[in-house]
Amino acid sequence: MSEAQIKEIKNENPLSEHWYQLRKNKTAMTGLVIIALFILIGIFAPLISPMDPLEQNIEFRKTAPLTGGYLLGTDDLGRDMLSRLLYGARISMIIGVISVSISLVFGSAIGLISAYYGGIVDKIVMRLIDIMLAFPYILLTIVIVAVLGPSLMNAMVAIGISQIPRYSRVVRASVLAEKESDYVLAERALGAGDLELMFKSILPNCLAPISVQATLGIGTAILDSAALSFLGLGAQPPTPEWGLMIASSKEFITSAWWIVTFPGIATLLSVLGFNLLGDGLRDILDPRMRD
Amino acid sequence: MENNILLSMEGINVHFHTRRGIVKAVRDLDLQIREGETLALVGESGCGKSVTAHTINRLIPMPPGVIESGKVVFRGEDILKMSEKEIQALRGTQISMIFQEPMTSLNPVFKVGDQLADVFMTHQGMKKKEAFAKAVELLDMVKIPVPEERAHSYPHQLSGGMRQRAMIAMALASPNPGLMIADEPTTALDVTIQAQILDLLTDLKDRVNMSLLLITHDMGVVAETADRVIVMYAGRKVEEGSVYQIFEDPSHPYTLGLLNSLPSNRKYQGATRLEAIHGNVPDLLTLGDGCPFRNRCEYGDESCDRSFPGATVKDEGHSLWCHYADRVKKDKDK
Repeated sequence: MSEAQIKEIKNENPLSEHWYQLRKNKTAMTGLVIIALFILIGIFAPLISPMDPLEQNIEFRKTAPLTGGYLLGTDDLGRDMLSRLLYGARISMIIGVISVSISLVFGSAIGLISAYYGGIVDKIVMRLIDIMLAFPYILLTIVIVAVLGPSLMNAMVAIGISQIPRYSRVVRASVLAEKESDYVLAERALGAGDLELMFKSILPNCLAPISVQATLGIGTAILDSAALSFLGLGAQPPTPEWGLMIASSKEFITSAWWIVTFPGIATLLSVLGFNLLGDGLRDILDPRMRD
Repeated sequence: MENNILLSMEGINVHFHTRRGIVKAVRDLDLQIREGETLALVGESGCGKSVTAHTINRLIPMPPGVIESGKVVFRGEDILKMSEKEIQALRGTQISMIFQEPMTSLNPVFKVGDQLADVFMTHQGMKKKEAFAKAVELLDMVKIPVPEERAHSYPHQLSGGMRQRAMIAMALASPNPGLMIADEPTTALDVTIQAQILDLLTDLKDRVNMSLLLITHDMGVVAETADRVIVMYAGRKVEEGSVYQIFEDPSHPYTLGLLNSLPSNRKYQGATRLEAIHGNVPDLLTLGDGCPFRNRCEYGDESCDRSFPGATVKDEGHSLWCHYADRVKKDKDK
């Protein structure tokens, strides 16, 4: 066995197989490209924006697209639409990641503990989760924001919290299946404790459904935060948040269509990207869905 | 050294509370394992072999399982009285276990070497690098070819035999192994690999001076590896003796039936059909207190229905539990 061969095996990662499947999957790749694009835009927004997204220019307000040097026109206060949309991408990506992180961390922990210990713990936790699920989702989010006070950060927290039940159910289901596996018994017989078994043996084996849920969840979170901002409970003016942009320009839908339409299209595209990737991931990670 | 008792179980009763009633999986079991010895626990599926094994390192799922009574004394301490922490410290260091299904007993998402190193890190507080080197060393000890390469493999990249070797390596990751419980270690492997794994187990047992509790339903495996044998039927011990006593002078009707149904038995030369024990394994829910084998036994009668017999000692170390031990013997001698 030569050094090179050993190295080759060392580098052989189980993810490489998934990456191969991903590249073959057109749906997922489309989603991935869209997401990558939005992320790049988000990162480089200050560099690629032609203007300051907050700078008002009353003289040129409601300029139509492709006129006066404005590629996508200006809004009702004369701010450059393109720059605002580019900065909006940054905000939306951050919203998606933060709110999903909140629900992912707490939801996974709850689901894991509930499924692992089972019995009375499971019963109590799951009934609490049922209570949360009994509230209409958007209503729950609104209530939380109302309690915390309207701001972009609080909107993310609210979306994160109200998504917890979904994650804990997904995690609980797969932990219930995994914890009966032979390797869990084997590791217990070798002296592994509860925490070790939960986080080091079982959780890594449940990553497939979790990652699908998280990817789809980012899309949902972006959409929800746009909705909250539209209702005035999320981002506050003059933040270039897409939902807020739609809300503050809805009365111009007949006179200056571009002010409402472009943020809508941007939201749609980004959510579409995450949904496509999520669906693709599900196909790849769940062999039963493969054709 | 030979006669030092490493583990002794006394009066073990294990029940499972199910929806249909109480299943008495192990009843009044006594068992002793001496240091350096291989004890085989033989019996058909569902006779309580694995439950007995899981009682030793307290892996019985509770609920529904309950260890109703008994003592499990290991190196002078009663395991059943230990705290969860104490038994956890014992598992994988002094009592380790390998399982029937090597295909599924390794965690699929981690490299074999990392899993093995993990055991060293947990039990001996080693650093990652040192532990990994130890892991490679152990893989070499269980005769996995090119261990430094295999340590970097994921379980699905190994064959069944290699995975079982890796499992054995994990069970050996201790400076002071006392007892290795092998729960049907070769059932899922093909015959040539079976022989290799059994050789490996016996060889390692002598090298690190540990005892082996071998659970199996394969009389061939027993003959090849065991020093002493306990035959179990439906939760009860029915015969116990050295491997020679059991094979040369089987005395319980069930043991006789088991050995008679082996194709390698001398009397089958030229015969076309194998002999079978007629009937089915009894339902543990409705068994009652009599001899569990009574309905399948040619000697079974009312006294077998009423009570389970006491021990009949045949020779030193050779006992059986049958009301008609004398008659069985006479018939056999005819």
